[in-house]
Amino acid sequence: MKAPAKLKTLKDLEQTIAAQKRQRATDERPVVTVSAGTCGRARGSLKVLDALNASLRKAKLDKKVNIRVTGCHGFCEAEPNLIIHPGGLFYQKVDPKHAEGIVVETIKNKKTIKSLLYKDPITGKSAAKEKTISFYKKQKRIVLGDNALIDPTRIDDYLAIGGYGTLAKVLSKMPPDKVIAEVKTSGLRGRGGAGFPTGLKWELARKQKAEPKSIICNADEGDPGAYMDRSLLEGNPHRVLEGMMIGAFAIGASEGVVFVRDEYPLAVKHVTMAIEALRERGLLGKNILGTGFDFDLQIAKGAGAFVCGEETAMIASIEGYVGEPRQRPPYPAEKGLNGKPTVINNVETWGTVPLILAKGGAWFAKIGTESSKGTKIFALVGKINNTGLVEVPMGTTLREVIYEIGGGIPGGKKFKAVQTGGPSGGCLPTSKLDLPIDYESLTAAGSIMGSGGMIVMDDKTCMVDLAKYFLNFLRDESCGKCISCREGTQRMYEIVTRIAEGKGKPDDIELLEELAQACKDASMCGLGQTAANPVLSTLRYFRKEFEAHIKEKRCPAGVCKSLIRYAVLPDKCTGCLSCKKACPNDCIHGTLREVHLIDQEKCIKCGACYEACRFEAVETQRDEAIVIMEGAR
Amino acid sequence: MITFKLNGLEVQAEQGSTILDAAKFYGLEIPTLCYMEGLDPWGGCRLCVVEIGESPKAKLVSSCTYRAEEGLVVHTDTKRVLAARRMMIELMLSTAPMSKEIQDLASKFGVTRQRFTPRNEECVYCGLCIRMCDQQMDARAIGFQNRGYRRKISTPFDIKSEVCRLCGACMYVCPACAARCGGPNADTDICNACLQVEPTCLETYGELTCWMYDAGRCGTCVQETKK
Repeated sequence: MKAPAKLKTLKDLEQTIAAQKRQRATDERPVVTVSAGTCGRARGSLKVLDALNASLRKAKLDKKVNIRVTGCHGFCEAEPNLIIHPGGLFYQKVDPKHAEGIVVETIKNKKTIKSLLYKDPITGKSAAKEKTISFYKKQKRIVLGDNALIDPTRIDDYLAIGGYGTLAKVLSKMPPDKVIAEVKTSGLRGRGGAGFPTGLKWELARKQKAEPKSIICNADEGDPGAYMDRSLLEGNPHRVLEGMMIGAFAIGASEGVVFVRDEYPLAVKHVTMAIEALRERGLLGKNILGTGFDFDLQIAKGAGAFVCGEETAMIASIEGYVGEPRQRPPYPAEKGLNGKPTVINNVETWGTVPLILAKGGAWFAKIGTESSKGTKIFALVGKINNTGLVEVPMGTTLREVIYEIGGGIPGGKKFKAVQTGGPSGGCLPTSKLDLPIDYESLTAAGSIMGSGGMIVMDDKTCMVDLAKYFLNFLRDESCGKCISCREGTQRMYEIVTRIAEGKGKPDDIELLEELAQACKDASMCGLGQTAANPVLSTLRYFRKEFEAHIKEKRCPAGVCKSLIRYAVLPDKCTGCLSCKKACPNDCIHGTLREVHLIDQEKCIKCGACYEACRFEAVETQRDEAIVIMEGAR
Repeated sequence: MITFKLNGLEVQAEQGSTILDAAKFYGLEIPTLCYMEGLDPWGGCRLCVVEIGESPKAKLVSSCTYRAEEGLVVHTDTKRVLAARRMMIELMLSTAPMSKEIQDLASKFGVTRQRFTPRNEECVYCGLCIRMCDQQMDARAIGFQNRGYRRKISTPFDIKSEVCRLCGACMYVCPACAARCGGPNADTDICNACLQVEPTCLETYGELTCWMYDAGRCGTCVQETKK
């Protein structure tokens, strides 16, 4: 294949975009979109792709169908999924064995395969198209939506949906001040967590005299259960890079770094390919498109330290030093990478920028609330029916996200809490379900927006256990510079562990609160200042649960192993042996049709019997047959 | 010169000086541990925290690293500051209970209880030794390893450093560590404890004998050659 021609002028770029758009519009072949982000691949989407290709070849249709391998579509629960155009049929949980049927039935005979359609967990109705699926209906996918339209490894796909058109518009018609003014009008705030106004940050950096200025894309996403940035970077890298180029032009930066963690191999690969494609087309380097704008990009791979998501630690890491935060001010916008002004924005923020410049700041400002504009992507995970990436306008309530988009809690269990903002965030209880999601409301409720993790928990979740989990993460990820954070998280972990084991002391709650407050107050960086949130928010809303562990030596949710004991209820047991078979330690006695008995001496409390006891698959019976007895003393 | 408010007093400081510098100049005492003149401020011990700004946006910052700004409002001894300082002392004492310096701080700030399970690490990871070795002795023989609760201070790869000159400056500045000279036990004793410091043996093989060997103390290298 011949190398594509270098684009030398703005007109070249505009013509290429127009040509790609034309080509896509005139291509009448049916399109099969296979979602193959990391999550899709884990569920076997590449195998589906192979099977599809094989079936197409068999039916001699391989030249007549356009297979598009895209990034994540956001609906993890339905992975691997296919979208078939024209028509936009949405097939979920596709298996390689379905490939033949899809090719013959749907592509050749234009019929819908009903068994592959999505079924709503609440209404039980099936939905044929993306738009009619409850998960997508309530969303406003202005940032994430394009993922389904492009193959992230092909720059032409991005150009075909008008990509880099905004860059052309900015370079030709808008002076930097106007770009910044537009971003300020939009009210865009940093999507990484703290929510600093992006326009203001850019302006501050623009005013600095030192050269060369740089920009950094923060793709060091480390929150357990959050993967918004990964999906965007994997599925639409050019969009993020276009945003970076617009930002670089606005603040006068000539260097750009994408700081991405090495644990995201597919994201690293796609961004590398995107940067190479840009270079090949002449969109990076000196005097881009003859406009006099110099800019180049490079990738810095992070080793996976959570603290490197903090901007000063990230800069240290890129410079080759240990990733430890330093005192701010001076802020990176004044003194950042190599001591020069640097703007650091999150993947999602950069990805939103082209949209704002294309449609105008005023358009963007119409979405969202008074102080938080636009949309935000959340990773909706945990005990929820529709696991996936959710993009909603700011100000949407938690209830809407969890029940209307997320489809509620599986297994008919009750909602207990939702954890927002990752490990440094907080847990919000049922009473906060109607809280509108925006920066201020979440902070006031004792949590944070964070980068957008949202972990839903049902009534079988123990809050002490949860606090222990996050503290364990934080004590490991604290850089260790400040004693408040290093020793604070370690000691909080020790105390919470003690409570979970039933060895808590009466004044432990008081000590926890005091320590958490000191950790929050005295730490230098954002990690330490928010490290106490898992403790403070669970104590604020679920204090009774901590007290039950300490005073009554009881774990109300039946999670903390030291405080529970498994027993068989004689009048419920049918003697089906399933628990006995499931027990890994041979501690259940009994024969067929005889009431079983658990040897408490030998029991290791793994919970396998509890999980196994589901004869006739009746949920309530399971609960009654083997109950968790409280208070093993 | 910039003007700012320090405990209600209008004070002046040179551009670029820290809150701690300014407070010292005006004779206001702020406790420090990881701060030492001649070394870059680090901000790790969090003892020197002061409250800046006004509520509800007031926050605590370490005065050794935070530069004074025009119009800044600083309070060095609010309740919040003292509570944080006391907790820092209690935390430090829990890992280095034998340190006289930290014990003195505890007395000074009225820390009378130890509510955490003591862990005798005899180190508070203040990094003074590392900065001393780097910035004053120009050796960079020691550094931090790991992060979070696994953090420790050691030589690269935990092996004898080739650049260590056994100057002892790290021990001299240390507020906590066990290797630090505590003086002889009894009046008649000759301590010689510093001669036992390992793994900083200067010389390894050959005819050159290190002074530790001379003193009949170390001998590690000789034993290794014999094998």
